[in-house]
Amino acid sequence: MDITQMGEMQIKGIKDGLLATLGEGDWSELSFGLIEHIKARAGFFQGAKLTIDVGEHAVHASELSTLRDRLSDHGVMLWAVLSNSPITENATKLLGMATKISKKESSVLDRKEKSTPVGEDAILVERTLRSGVVINFRGHVTIVGDINPGAEVIAAGNIVVWGKIRGVVHAGVEGNEHAIICAMDMNPSQLRITDVVAVSPEKRGKVQPEIARIKDGKVVVEVWNSSHVRGK
Amino acid sequence: MSASVSTITSGKGGVGKTTTTANLAVALAGMGKKVVCIDGDIGLRNLDVVLGLENRIVYDLVDVIEGRCRLRQAMIRDKRMPELYLIPAAQTRDKSAVSPSDMVRLCDELREEMDWILIDSPAGIERGFRNAIAAADSVLVVTNPEVSAVRDADRIIGLIEAEEKGPAKIILNRVNQNLVKRGDMLDVPDVLELLAVELIGIVPEDEAVTVSTNRGQPVVLDSHSKAGIAFSNIARRMNGEDVPFVNMDDKSGLFDRLSRMLRTGGD
Repeated sequence: MDITQMGEMQIKGIKDGLLATLGEGDWSELSFGLIEHIKARAGFFQGAKLTIDVGEHAVHASELSTLRDRLSDHGVMLWAVLSNSPITENATKLLGMATKISKKESSVLDRKEKSTPVGEDAILVERTLRSGVVINFRGHVTIVGDINPGAEVIAAGNIVVWGKIRGVVHAGVEGNEHAIICAMDMNPSQLRITDVVAVSPEKRGKVQPEIARIKDGKVVVEVWNSSHVRGK
Repeated sequence: MSASVSTITSGKGGVGKTTTTANLAVALAGMGKKVVCIDGDIGLRNLDVVLGLENRIVYDLVDVIEGRCRLRQAMIRDKRMPELYLIPAAQTRDKSAVSPSDMVRLCDELREEMDWILIDSPAGIERGFRNAIAAADSVLVVTNPEVSAVRDADRIIGLIEAEEKGPAKIILNRVNQNLVKRGDMLDVPDVLELLAVELIGIVPEDEAVTVSTNRGQPVVLDSHSKAGIAFSNIARRMNGEDVPFVNMDDKSGLFDRLSRMLRTGGD
């Protein structure tokens, strides 16, 4: 494995290309340092797929997109940004880049994900997900807003939407058959719980809050009624 | 004087970005504004044809950026409007000939002497799109009342928000009242409900647009064309005028529902 080091920045080869771990310091200096580093080894980096790990840095979408443009000027494709900062993670998703890389390759991710048991963690997303946005989370996902057609939400736990579902929702992705999906207005292009797939019926009835779960190996969608909810 | 930079984009191709840019530019110039429009579609230029200025091109956008000519030399003055200019795209290069920071520099140079800078974006979400919105103060998203166009508009609105250029405004182009009435076309409220951003114009489908595009005479110059009136209303709204939406359907219905939506839906 090729490892180069400069200051606190580390660049190593991983399965999905190259991983650059930026150390501590000012964002503009770090991104400048990265570009300089790449310029100096243009041959090595040409055409590379790059992931950067920014640690705790809160990087805004405009800063990330600037870096992405500058990297692409040097023939490097920035496709994923790993971060512990929700701001950075959000910006990465908005720009349509990955926030995770395959598990075995990243010690950062392992550490983060071991700290919480699968399915017990939860996030709250307070905006409408437009086409092209993917939320992938190993826990429960609550969305205050809509999931538009072309957007996807994938969760190990439940998916709760205070709004409309029009895109793809996949709950219980790691095999939790008790996972539920509920929404104020449920009309997804596709709905999956574990590996059971369902699509919305052509004709729609009245729009009302509904809940989807697996019953006898099939996805069943019922009108929301508090008595349906499993007691713990 | 400091110009306002407005980018016209769509995601999907063929929804009428270039026609919209040309018509808004002519309409704004007709209101006495100094306007320059920039064709951002490097390698597939069109705006010059729609404006009827194709045979006057000597220098283009890439020539300016690469320093082969001065900015003024690449600005083609319109034959009808003395205060309307076009900076054409290069036809023999591709999107990578220009970077987002080049566009910001170019627009900063133009801002001093202009009122409006309109940038015609290429279709897609790649480099050309990012170039086109890099300098924008506001973004207009053109879409058609079709599921695929609206889906792409939704994606592009998300990307515009991500680049911190939002909120975008919507121009709904090629609305065919007969199809809407028969229930065979998406209705204006349907589109706005999904996209959830401000509407700045509805342009009816109009054969005059095709004819005028082929002749290089933007349809706003035709005072009888419904599409032309719709485009000049958009230009007036861009200048801050409060212009009511045209009632395309004489028997109302759409208009009533739309105005209800606008009253309740604005945030």
